[in-house]
Amino acid sequence: MNLIPNVIFAVLLVVAVGIFTKNIRQIIANIQLGKSTDRTDQKSARWRNMARIALGQSKMVRRPVAGILHVVVYLGFILINIELLEIIVDGLLGTHRVFAPYLGSFYNFLIGSFEVLAFLVLVSVIVFWLRRNVLRIQRFWKAEMKGWPKLDADLILYFEIILMGLFLSMNATDALLQQLGAVHYQQAGYFPVSQYLMPLFDNLSESTLIVLERTFWWSHIIGIFIFLNYLYYSKHLHILLAFPNTFYANLMPKGAFRNNATVTQEVKLMLDPNADPYAAPTTEAEPDKFGASDVMDLNWVQLMNAYTCTECGRCTSVCPANQTGKKLSPRKIMMDTRDRLTEVGNQQRKKTGLSDGKQLLDDYISREELWACTSCNACTEACPVDIDPLSIIMDMRQYLVMEQSAAPSDLNAMMSNIENNGAPWPFNNQDRLLWAQEN
Amino acid sequence: MVVPTLAEMNARGEKPEVLFWVGCAGSFDDRAKKITKAFVKILQKAEVSFAVLGTEESCSGDPAKRAGNEFLFQMQAMSNIEVLNAYEVTQIVTTCPHCFNTLKNEYPELGGNYQVMHHTQLLKKLVRAGKLRVEGDTFRGKRITFHDPCYLGRANSVYEAPRELLKKLDAELVEMRNCKSNGLCCGAGGAQMFKEPEAGNKDINIERTEQALEVQPDIIAAACPFCNTMMTDGVKNKEKEDLLPVKDIAELIAEAEDL
Ligand code: SF4
Ligand code: SF4
Repeated sequence: MNLIPNVIFAVLLVVAVGIFTKNIRQIIANIQLGKSTDRTDQKSARWRNMARIALGQSKMVRRPVAGILHVVVYLGFILINIELLEIIVDGLLGTHRVFAPYLGSFYNFLIGSFEVLAFLVLVSVIVFWLRRNVLRIQRFWKAEMKGWPKLDADLILYFEIILMGLFLSMNATDALLQQLGAVHYQQAGYFPVSQYLMPLFDNLSESTLIVLERTFWWSHIIGIFIFLNYLYYSKHLHILLAFPNTFYANLMPKGAFRNNATVTQEVKLMLDPNADPYAAPTTEAEPDKFGASDVMDLNWVQLMNAYTCTECGRCTSVCPANQTGKKLSPRKIMMDTRDRLTEVGNQQRKKTGLSDGKQLLDDYISREELWACTSCNACTEACPVDIDPLSIIMDMRQYLVMEQSAAPSDLNAMMSNIENNGAPWPFNNQDRLLWAQEN
Repeated sequence: MVVPTLAEMNARGEKPEVLFWVGCAGSFDDRAKKITKAFVKILQKAEVSFAVLGTEESCSGDPAKRAGNEFLFQMQAMSNIEVLNAYEVTQIVTTCPHCFNTLKNEYPELGGNYQVMHHTQLLKKLVRAGKLRVEGDTFRGKRITFHDPCYLGRANSVYEAPRELLKKLDAELVEMRNCKSNGLCCGAGGAQMFKEPEAGNKDINIERTEQALEVQPDIIAAACPFCNTMMTDGVKNKEKEDLLPVKDIAELIAEAEDL
């Protein structure tokens, strides 16, 4: 028996999974550059959130057209991967359709449904392409989508088209070989879709068909290995990260912004009449930097958010600032955070350490963007995978104000009013009840 | 009008059921003061036992926090909490969704635990309990559209209380293209109220006003003093201020009740 194909397959499999594992470890390491934040509470609510939003795609279908098409592609992706299991076993053992004898007619049903799904995926992906490139839906054409993000989005669609095409062609040639009674090609499977491809391969000799079938089979599986390792460079990481991302999502009411614990300690000391102002500080640790100017100042959930972002732009399309022509785009906030994090991660793995003299603030995200946010939470509500761009904006504002005293002058005036007279406007606090005397 | 303060009641050895947190806009802003007074009239009519803090109230700290000044926010929060706890306040109602959100969600961690209500929630309760009967046909058949405040709606998932009240007015509730969880911000939140907007091609309140105009309402109902200002400005910008009033739900109810 010729073992060369099996060996080649095993090597390819090991290499593909190896590189994939290395990439995933790198992402995990990068996410761990973030500060700690505790999201271990409310376990059952978290599981529910994940089941509903990631598995059940409940936020996707709020926009029905894109949502339903996405559900099709997603189901296709998951279910057709069952077939992948058989392909891997076949590849390693040199068998062909190894599950067929065990599953009997259920096997035919499975292959039949995979074919229907593959067809539906094909249709959905083509509609996706049309939406992006012919209908040119606005959110796909914003400034931050120029270059790689646009190409990435298209590439993945071409990828899907090729993979589905290969899958169906592989089945078509297989079926023909079964009809010819070729050795090794046992009678198995039901081919409701690929039967229409069969005429393409009519009148070919058995040996040509075998060459074709093998080519499709190998291209398909190699394509999948490439896809697996393409994820790292793509917004398509969301197919994995959507799960932990929704599990660890913020479950508080959207209006509750985190209180900074270091500040709490300081304020308590200031307000405590019994505190000795000259006493040595209780914590000897360096006082925390307030807010965030770079990715290391954000917490790990915010960093995971950045890698999870699908670049769908639903957030940006509902952002009141973006809708009225301001520079702010919540999607860009996430993309910038991710790009910066990848950059920081890469540099930290080199011996020289962080050396580019850049940071997230100003080099990636401008102050103008940060100050345009109304904290309205439209972006977090719209995000299909529960990403929170607003928390990053708020952390960066905190840095600007508390570390740099760099608020817009109007806001400085507002804050000194609060400090001096307990209201954001210059009114005397003694006049607070005057309204009761007016008519 | 006679509005008791907590200090006065305390001196008499009395304790109100609920504290009305007026908020800075409600205390100082001319437009918002009208909302405050309308709400007080309703409270008095429904014989709710309430008091205000008067000069002991201070900014909740919301705009400071959203502007990035966590220190100033927590200073405000903790001194407010000191006052509230000293009076053993348990229930708070406020006409400002920003105060509502901050008191409800951000004070507990700092030691301030109260049951906090937005005024539309309290009004709904009063109606349901039969303590407030919204009658009269002032608004019968009028087209009213409701602008969801971000800090009441998305931030705290309160969508139904204001709508239930509007329906009581016998008015026709017409929804804008963006409503409830899809509501579009008026442009004031996140401390924007206190600064000039960044460069763009339109002001947010104009965009929202245009959405309201699309449904041809007779009245725009608001439930936040800041939204009220923004929408009023938007309507003025469209030169429709004589035709299209922007009113808080408390004002509409007070008007219907002839208060
Ligand atoms: S919270 Fe800020 S970034 Fe998000 S949609 Fe509203 S204005 Fe845009
Ligand atoms: S943050 Fe969410 S809504 Fe915005 S682009 Fe990313 S995935 Fe889409």
